[in-house]
Amino acid sequence: MELSVINDDHVEILLSDLLEQYGYDFTGYSRASLKRRIIRLYSLDRALSFAEFRYKINNDSLYFKRFVEQITVNVTEMFRDPAFFKTLRDVVLPKLGTYPFIRIWLAGCSTGEEAYSISIILKELNLLHKSLIYATDLNPIVLEKAAQGMFGMSNMKQYSENYILSGGLKDFSSYYTANYSLAKFDDELKSKIIFSTHNLVSDYSFNEFQLILCRNVLIYFDRELQQKVLSLFDESLEELGYLALGTKETINFSGISDKYKRLDSEKIWRKVLR
Amino acid sequence: MKKCEAFIIGGSAGSLDVLLKVLPLINAAIKFPIVIVIHRKHGTDSLLPELLSSRTQLNVKEVEEKEALVAGTIYIAPSDYHLLIEQDRTFSLDYSEKINYSRPAIDATFQTAAEVYKDKLVCILLSGSNSDGVNGLKSVKLWGGVALIQDPTTAQVAYMPAQAQANVKIDDALSIEAIAEFINLLP
Repeated sequence: MELSVINDDHVEILLSDLLEQYGYDFTGYSRASLKRRIIRLYSLDRALSFAEFRYKINNDSLYFKRFVEQITVNVTEMFRDPAFFKTLRDVVLPKLGTYPFIRIWLAGCSTGEEAYSISIILKELNLLHKSLIYATDLNPIVLEKAAQGMFGMSNMKQYSENYILSGGLKDFSSYYTANYSLAKFDDELKSKIIFSTHNLVSDYSFNEFQLILCRNVLIYFDRELQQKVLSLFDESLEELGYLALGTKETINFSGISDKYKRLDSEKIWRKVLR
Repeated sequence: MKKCEAFIIGGSAGSLDVLLKVLPLINAAIKFPIVIVIHRKHGTDSLLPELLSSRTQLNVKEVEEKEALVAGTIYIAPSDYHLLIEQDRTFSLDYSEKINYSRPAIDATFQTAAEVYKDKLVCILLSGSNSDGVNGLKSVKLWGGVALIQDPTTAQVAYMPAQAQANVKIDDALSIEAIAEFINLLP
């Protein structure tokens, strides 16, 4: 991969095009990752020149959708970081189980693997019937995939191991039906998931939740945008609600940190009364 | 080289041993940060920073995202994320697809660092059994930096440095002792 086909100026030009042409604001994204994604797509799609690449993004709305899907990272797993999901299962969700109704926001849900993981835990805790998971992403294409509830069979061995490590006691394969190369997850699991577009950069708070999960999304944002998004989560979280971030993410540098108390082991914070 | 502003070490199988031998020999007064990207299994909290910390007087820490690189500190790439360096000389993390079956990929760190530090960067590829880091070294050369390898004849697993030797115009192949000496003599 030649790194100089797209330079830093090209990246800035594309970002301002996206903002003007489509209203998508990526200017608060960390540049190194974004640039690598753009170069990857440029060579994957065998673009002839920067001018041609830029023209296509600006004038072909289908290609624009592909562009947004490809420059954002959509790598995810079921029960990724099993210890995190074990804490959800053993500590957080039982606490929320005492509420009459549980509202969960999974921000940046990508292709839905975590949404189904949470749904499985809720079902096993007998809480699914009174829960609602709002799974959002800025990207309509990944949401369509998420709503299908079908994941590659080749991943099931890994997911099953993660599930067991996260405290799951059932036979993981009881949750899906094998269909050639795909595992189709039970419809019951998605009956309480609402998949919807929401852009953390530009959209507002849309409800109050007891649990907000946003894992490995903030790493792609600069500090300023991280701060803005954390404030959005703070506005959207009830008192005593929980905020869960990725393994390497933190609220420590943000203005909301003094309202939150971190759980011992995982990157989960509880909004405490002041 | 007029001035070194970052020294990056990439390694895979057989490279931990090299680090354990090299770190105690590094002068505590070095004027640049050292970044270590080695392949390791993703799991619970790693003991690697602690292990390496016990071998040097320099401050050793696992990278936190958006952290600025500071001279005299040894940074270790977290497991299961690619480690990138931004133009403002801060770290960022990325959970995109594995590269060369690896995350962190040495290529990703070498390539992003090459564009930031240009001719003030030194990268070295140690022992390992895949070719991660070879493209990264190519970028380092492209942007004017210094590309080194562990002398393949001294490596537990020679494949990685040998691949670099075969595909990149590397500046030098160093024995374990020579690596520490090279670092200590950098301006």
